[in-house]
Amino acid sequence: MLAHFILALRTAGIPASLTEYLTLLRGMKEGVADYNVDDFYHLSRATLVKDERHLDRFDRVFGEIFKGLEPPAGDPGTEVRIPEEWLRKLAEKLLTEEERKQIEALGGFDKLMETLKQRLAEQKGRHQGGSKWIGTAGTSPFGAYGYNPEGVRIGQDESRHRRAVKIWDKREFKDLDDDVEIGTRNIKLALRRLRRFARQGAATELDLPDTIRATASNAGSLDLKLVPERHNTVKVLLFLDIGGSMDDHVRVCAELFSAARAEFKHLEHFYFHNCPYERLWKSNRRRRDSEVSTFEVLRTYGPDYKAIFVGDAAMSPYEIIQPGGSVEHWNEEPGRLWLERMLRHFRRSAWLNPMQERGWQGYHSAQILRQVMENRMFPLTLGGLEAMTRELSR
Amino acid sequence: MSRFQTTSTYIASRDLEVAVNAAVALQRPLLVKGEPGTGKTVLAQEVARALGMPLIEWHIKSTTKAQQGLYEYDAVARLRDGQLGDARVHDIGNYIVRGKLWDAFAADAPVVLLIDEIDKADIEFPNDLLLELDRMQFFVYETRETVKAKHRPVVIITSNNEKELPDAFLRRCFFHYIRFPDRATMEQIVQSHFPDIKQELAREALNVFFEVRNVSELKKKPATSELLDWLKLLMIEDLPPEVLRSQDPKTAIPPLYGALLKNEQDVHLFERLAFLSRQRQR
Repeated sequence: MLAHFILALRTAGIPASLTEYLTLLRGMKEGVADYNVDDFYHLSRATLVKDERHLDRFDRVFGEIFKGLEPPAGDPGTEVRIPEEWLRKLAEKLLTEEERKQIEALGGFDKLMETLKQRLAEQKGRHQGGSKWIGTAGTSPFGAYGYNPEGVRIGQDESRHRRAVKIWDKREFKDLDDDVEIGTRNIKLALRRLRRFARQGAATELDLPDTIRATASNAGSLDLKLVPERHNTVKVLLFLDIGGSMDDHVRVCAELFSAARAEFKHLEHFYFHNCPYERLWKSNRRRRDSEVSTFEVLRTYGPDYKAIFVGDAAMSPYEIIQPGGSVEHWNEEPGRLWLERMLRHFRRSAWLNPMQERGWQGYHSAQILRQVMENRMFPLTLGGLEAMTRELSR
Repeated sequence: MSRFQTTSTYIASRDLEVAVNAAVALQRPLLVKGEPGTGKTVLAQEVARALGMPLIEWHIKSTTKAQQGLYEYDAVARLRDGQLGDARVHDIGNYIVRGKLWDAFAADAPVVLLIDEIDKADIEFPNDLLLELDRMQFFVYETRETVKAKHRPVVIITSNNEKELPDAFLRRCFFHYIRFPDRATMEQIVQSHFPDIKQELAREALNVFFEVRNVSELKKKPATSELLDWLKLLMIEDLPPEVLRSQDPKTAIPPLYGALLKNEQDVHLFERLAFLSRQRQR
């Protein structure tokens, strides 16, 4: 049973190993868990999870494996309302970008969620009367958009309604999971990840105290010691897509920007719209005055700058591959050519996409850009940022 | 064996109790993470008190080396003594300075060893301590002796998540993430620290505190330790609880906010919010 549990954890991406498994068994033997399900949950969590980002996944697997171990019905438990955030998150996972747009057109997401919530409340009342779930009636507006109520776990909510809630089912660590988009807490972590990558720009310098120490232990004959320099020598150029479809992602981009600003001494940023062309600009408010030619940017910043493009890559494919395809001006040369020029110039580059990774499939333009970037397109999540920093510091 | 549980001065959740007791029973290090100000360091002091063991604290800085926790060979002192013709120079053992880990290993009774903020040190630091923490022994090259722990100390390690810790290191630890306490727990914590606080003041202060925490754009959200500092100030100033009721727009910024907001941008943000709410009320 426990081995099965470990395997399930590993499948879910929690790196639990044999060592930890044995530790857990020893812990049980020593009686730390006291034959109590909650304590066993706490003990196995302390033993098997080593990173708060995995706590949510752990809770999910635990719930899955130990279904039916919950205390018998009748226990006084907390009732769970469906938090709005939760519904929204799940719906976002289930719906594609286009479907979301469609919903937007139909009076907005909030209204739809409001209706769904109402419907749910009704459902609880009516269920005792013996009527059916949402969706089977065929008239629900949610069905029309491929919105499967099972996905929102309406069923589970109902069953929990009468039972004590299991701790692992509350899933309080949800916002610490590393696949979710960056939030206020998570951006701090991301920032730290950038710092680590910033420290790797290493040179060597004389370590005076260590030289003295080594010379002394060497009985007086000189022994030079060198250490890697701690200076933050990494230079970063940020190219930010602005306006249009990027409006949805303004907050996360601003967070990334301010994080990067605090981290890098050599940080320059430029804006573009959808795809970089022959002109970029430094300030969005004074766009006309602050425009610079892309050639000038390439001349000014050496190949040792790491170029990071931030954009959702959602546009018409013509904006990338056709001369004159830009939505706001006549461009002599296609965006693709400009992008390739920049990629040739900068030795290290990557593209950060604030859109969820599964959403990329829906855009031909995202596919093209990914190809141009030679697959160096990463989602703007903690996992994605880490992959990017690894790629950039290779 | 005595067990760790919630005390009158430290409110521990059940999962924390289990994690600590597992670490004590299986004699493995306990790694504690959590938002700054949620009582990671205090935990070690409380564990030491609950188990009746002395506490050895090792605070890590960015320049701390793993070796410093074991011992240091003071070569410069030996060189100087050698030039002065001191007889001590012939025994290298005179120049071995013990570190905190050695102290913990050499203690006659089991101790609690706190390795505070391990993430501040170099990335390789935890790796350098792997064997030492696993076997609870190390080798002193200069004197060719092996130092072995008389009793395996209870090791508590805290981290603020500034750097990721190596997997091999994590394998050997128990892990606990201190969540930010909910309102009920927070009330308990306040009670345990200020048993004679006026109920009304505590309630109003907690209202303000959770309101402040709810402002999502804050750079540094106030945590438990900030709340306790602030309450202490409020009690010293003997402010009536009415002041905390932010109905009056002029006092939308909590009194003595310096204890809660640690960043001038946050203070500005608050002033702006206060201004907006004043506008709205007009």
